Amino acid sequence: MLQPIRIQGTDDTPQVILDPNPDNPKFEISGRSLPEDVVAFYEPILEWLDEYAKNPLPKTVFDFKLEYFNTASSKLLLDILLKLEDMYDDGHDVLVRWHYPEDDEDMQEAGEEYADIVEVPFEQVPYSVD
Amino acid sequence: MSKLLKDNSSALEFVYDFYLKMKKSNISLAYEGEITHQITKAFTALTETNMQRDQDATSVQKKVFHVMVECLQNISKHAERDLDYFSSKDGRGIFLVSKDDKEYNITTGNVIRNEKIEPLRNLLEKINSMTKDELNQLYKQQIREGRLSPKGGAGLGFIDIARKTGQKLIYSFLRIDEENSFFVLTSTVSRIKSK
Repeated sequence: MLQPIRIQGTDDTPQVILDPNPDNPKFEISGRSLPEDVVAFYEPILEWLDEYAKNPLPKTVFDFKLEYFNTASSKLLLDILLKLEDMYDDGHDVLVRWHYPEDDEDMQEAGEEYADIVEVPFEQVPYSVD
Repeated sequence: MSKLLKDNSSALEFVYDFYLKMKKSNISLAYEGEITHQITKAFTALTETNMQRDQDATSVQKKVFHVMVECLQNISKHAERDLDYFSSKDGRGIFLVSKDDKEYNITTGNVIRNEKIEPLRNLLEKINSMTKDELNQLYKQQIREGRLSPKGGAGLGFIDIARKTGQKLIYSFLRIDEENSFFVLTSTVSRIKSK
C-alpha cells in the first residue's frame, strides 16, 4: 500500500497530509506556502499523487486550507489540481474543497480562479477566523 | 565610504543626514545587500509585527506581506550579478518600505542588464494598461501556459501585485554604463479599506 505523506507545516511551508487509509482518508494542504525551493517541496507530493492515481479510493476529497501562498506556489498548486482533474477524467470520484477565511477576498478569488481553470467538482468553503 | 564613516565629523554628518532622509520619507525599513530566503522571511515577519501593532486591516497586512514576498523573490531570482565595485554576488539589491496614513510603498532597486530593459518595460507597460479583469485573464493564461524558470519564478509576480493592490506599478531605469542599468520599482498598498 502507498505510504501516507505527513509533512509538518512551518512558517514558509504548508502542512501536507496525504493519507489514503480507507477507514479515515485525509488529503489536505494547509497553512503558508512560500518555500525557498517550490519545486523541491512539491515534487514529492506530485509524484505521490501519480502513484495514488493508479489505484485511488472510491472517493477522494482534497482539502486546500491555505492562509497564504506566493505566485511560485500557485503554479505548483495548479499542478496538483490538474492531477486531480486527470483522476476525475479517468472516471474517479473527486471533490476539491477550497477553504478560505470568510474575510479574505483574495483567497476566495484564488479559489474561484482555480475552479475556473480545472474541470473538477469544486466547493468553496468559507470559515470564520475568530 | 568606510573611510568616511571613520572620520568623526563626516560620519556624524552622513549618518544624521541619512537618518533625516529616512524620517522625512517615512521609511520604516531599508536594506541593501544580498536578498536571501532568510532575509525575505525576516523582513516579512518584522513588517507583519509592525502592521499588527499599527492595527492595519487584515486585508492590508496580507497584501503588504504578499507584495514584499514577490518583490524580494524577484530580486533574489532576477537581479544581475552586481557591479564589480559593489560586490560580486547575484541577487543583491536595495529594499525599502515606507508608509504614511494612506498607504504603504514597497520599493526595490537592483542592477539589470541593458538588454533586459525592453522586455521588462513592455511587460510593465502592458500590466499598467490593463483593467483588473484583463489582469485576471493574463494571470490565468500565464499560470496555465507559463513554465517555472530554473530559479522557480512563475512569471506571475508583477501581474499578481498589480491586480491585488489595484494600483499602477511605478518604475524607472537609470543607465549605469554600457552593459547595466539600475531598475527601481515601487508598489503601493492602500491602507484605507476599499470595501
